[in-house]
Amino acid sequence: MKYAWILSWLLLAAWSTQAATLVVKPGPDALRKAISSARPGDTLLVQPGFYREHSIQVDRRLIITGTGMPVIDAEYKHPGFLITADSVIMQGLQIQHTGRSSISDIAGIRVSNASHVTLRNNKILDCTYGIYLQNAQHCLLEGNTVHSGIKNEINGGNGIHAWKCDALQINSNSISGHRDGIYFEFVTNSGIEGNLSANNQRYGLHFMFSHHDTYMKNIFRENGAGVAVMYTREVTMTDNTFIQNWGDASYGLLLKEITDSHITHNRFIKNTIGIHMEGTTRVSVQRNLFQDNGWAIRVMASSSGSQFTGNNFIGNSFDVATNGTLMLNEFHRNYWDKYDGYDLNRDQVGDVPHYPVSVYAVISEKIPSAMILYRSFLTSIMEQVEKVMPSIIPDQLKDDQPLMKKLEL
Amino acid sequence: MIRINHLTKSFKKFRALDDINLQLERGQTISLLGPNGSGKTTLIKSILGLVIPEKGSIHINGQEIRSHWSYRSKIGYMPQIGRYPENMTIRQVLAMLREVRRDCKQYDEELIHQFDLPSFDHKLMRNLSGGTRQKVSACLAFLFSPDILILDEPTAGLDPVASEILKDKIARERANGKLVLITSHVLSDLDEITSHVVYLQEGKLICFKTVEELKESTGQHQLNKVIAAMMQTHLHENNY
Amino acid sequence: MKTIIKYVLIDLLKNRTILIYTLVLAVLTISVTGMSDNMSKGMLSLLNITLLFVPIISILFSTIYFFNSAEFTELLLAQPIRRKSMLLASYTGISTALGLAYLAGVGVTVCVLYNSLAAIALVISGVLLTLIFSALALLIFVVFKDKTRGIGAAIITALFFTLLFDGLLLAFIYSFSDYPIDQPLLAFISLNPVDLARILVLLQLDAAVMMGYSGALFKKFMGSAMGTIYTTACMLCWMIIPLILAVRIFRKKDI
Repeated sequence: MKYAWILSWLLLAAWSTQAATLVVKPGPDALRKAISSARPGDTLLVQPGFYREHSIQVDRRLIITGTGMPVIDAEYKHPGFLITADSVIMQGLQIQHTGRSSISDIAGIRVSNASHVTLRNNKILDCTYGIYLQNAQHCLLEGNTVHSGIKNEINGGNGIHAWKCDALQINSNSISGHRDGIYFEFVTNSGIEGNLSANNQRYGLHFMFSHHDTYMKNIFRENGAGVAVMYTREVTMTDNTFIQNWGDASYGLLLKEITDSHITHNRFIKNTIGIHMEGTTRVSVQRNLFQDNGWAIRVMASSSGSQFTGNNFIGNSFDVATNGTLMLNEFHRNYWDKYDGYDLNRDQVGDVPHYPVSVYAVISEKIPSAMILYRSFLTSIMEQVEKVMPSIIPDQLKDDQPLMKKLEL
Repeated sequence: MIRINHLTKSFKKFRALDDINLQLERGQTISLLGPNGSGKTTLIKSILGLVIPEKGSIHINGQEIRSHWSYRSKIGYMPQIGRYPENMTIRQVLAMLREVRRDCKQYDEELIHQFDLPSFDHKLMRNLSGGTRQKVSACLAFLFSPDILILDEPTAGLDPVASEILKDKIARERANGKLVLITSHVLSDLDEITSHVVYLQEGKLICFKTVEELKESTGQHQLNKVIAAMMQTHLHENNY
Repeated sequence: MKTIIKYVLIDLLKNRTILIYTLVLAVLTISVTGMSDNMSKGMLSLLNITLLFVPIISILFSTIYFFNSAEFTELLLAQPIRRKSMLLASYTGISTALGLAYLAGVGVTVCVLYNSLAAIALVISGVLLTLIFSALALLIFVVFKDKTRGIGAAIITALFFTLLFDGLLLAFIYSFSDYPIDQPLLAFISLNPVDLARILVLLQLDAAVMMGYSGALFKKFMGSAMGTIYTTACMLCWMIIPLILAVRIFRKKDI
């Protein structure tokens, strides 16, 4: 009788406080049971240990906090978490080993039709998709580590995958070893800041139809094909680093059908192609550093109205390459290390224009095999001859005001 | 000591040596004579293994020289033109040859002292006169006390004093029982020291006789006259 | 053999031409690296210097040296020495002297200043070019009896490999650009040590461009360590084969 009284008192206490804290310890279906017994607003404190659970649906507003990195293992068969409620916070969990399937996209954490979800400081290892957002709004992904060691581009999934989302904030995550590091399709008004996307098999960042997004201070390193952005308008890319994206079809940044966008103060270092532009309109490329790339910029003739201003071109094999003779983009006041003109009036602007397309860039564009003679004595002679009697280089492609000194960026 | 059998050598169409047979022995000093292009140098170089014979064989001390190279330790060679690495000193050249000939323990430095080489052996080879270079060549030929000495135009370019010193040296070595083979254009030079004469013309061996035999047969007393007489008779023969 | 190498070196390290060669290389290197603040531009100039100067100087100097020391060689061959040892020793001596000149003139500065894989590749290819072209000079020396002809042959050889060959190759590429010519191109390139040296450096210096290259075979070749191994192996062949030929011919040669 006495016990019953205490029990009822406890129950009453539980009902009366708005948010209770439940401690979850490893055991059969521990998480699932805890979630189903929790009430919206409760906190689940997940204790360290190994939880062999999967397909865990979070369908109410919970704060799930791992202490000491508890491991949730889906045994290579199943998905991890599915969040369908708004305002869920999940942090400090390690989710690993989801299954893989060619029919459905299996993810470590999937957020579906929810908003204001926060995923913070989780580790998602060897999952087909790391974090999968569909129809999500105002979500924050911060400080997560998403890594896959499985090399399979065809069945592999993306690290952070977002589809039809709005106002996401993706900050300070580290993504590696996936197909695409960050993948956006129809994601608008979002900010991507301070992430590291490295060693992914295809693109470090890949987006399509994702307007009004801002990318800042991210690092895209050693991805199979660099970064590709397509069919999008009003993109802002600032302070990002594109480094060592090497390979036969690898770009620091591939721009395809991009309109009214700004690429400012980024660093493109040691990429096969720094920026490749195809069908772009009114893209401003300002104050970027292009260093030690194979081709710093490759502008296809289908691009127009772009401005290249105040960039540094240093140590690239080719600074600019193009496939046509027509050039509807403008180069102004850039620093070119290959410029060998003079500055008689000492205003730090060269007195003769610089033609950044080299003869050999044009020749090897037409006949790739000719590349084998690149930098031979013969080709140096050809460059000199071209300088005296221009005949191959498109003559509108020039910088009328090349800077004499490197810009401090 | 040196036995040459049917030695033949052609350079393209030109026949430099034509079926030469010779037997040279210890204690002989042989003057190798003949007009320019008669094959003297080719014969010497064949013995040294520098020219590879086309036919025939050369034996030194009973051993065939082809495909061997160690026999050359018994030979001292003084080339016609002595040219040395420009930036080496005389001392370095001597030291180098000594190192190359590690097999030799007993040095004959008599000539080095007689020519007074040590007093200027710090000089670079490129600064030496032709005569001084000849002196170096001569010293090198005798340095390793070889049994056979092959001297190609030894006195050409030497001043009379040095020339006398060298001839005395040759005479002494001959007395020691060595075989000396000399080519020279200046016939009178060889007068006093020669014991045998080999006369070559157009690659053929015309005669191999002692000086006495030659003098007797031609009735001349001076060697250069002997030779001149011989050349004439030979030319005479050729004309018919 | 060691003795001869030693004395050839003693002679050559005091040689005026070698000293001037070292000095010119050093001055060029310092001016090139000092003028441009960025590495790849300096490296590019140094690559051009290396590809142009090293072959011509190496082959010309070695040829002249071999012919000039013909009489001394004769004297040495009258000593109990194998012909092969004599020939290889003087080759080793001269290629070491020229190689040291290159290392002192270019190598030290570049390695200290740049200290990158490309710099190491440049120095290695410069040294290999020295070894190759002095080996070719040795071959010329044993083939030709006459000094004037030998020098002529040396000049022609150097010009052929530095300039003419690439011209012919470019003509070939232009006329067969519609066909798959990657494989024959690789084979042709192997026939020119100067091109091999250039590619060895390029693989490091312009790796990005080389890997962006669109031919499948090249991609495989350029993109992996294979490219470097292959070019180095080919260059070593370019050194060893002339040496073997020279020794063979020299064995039968009348001096």
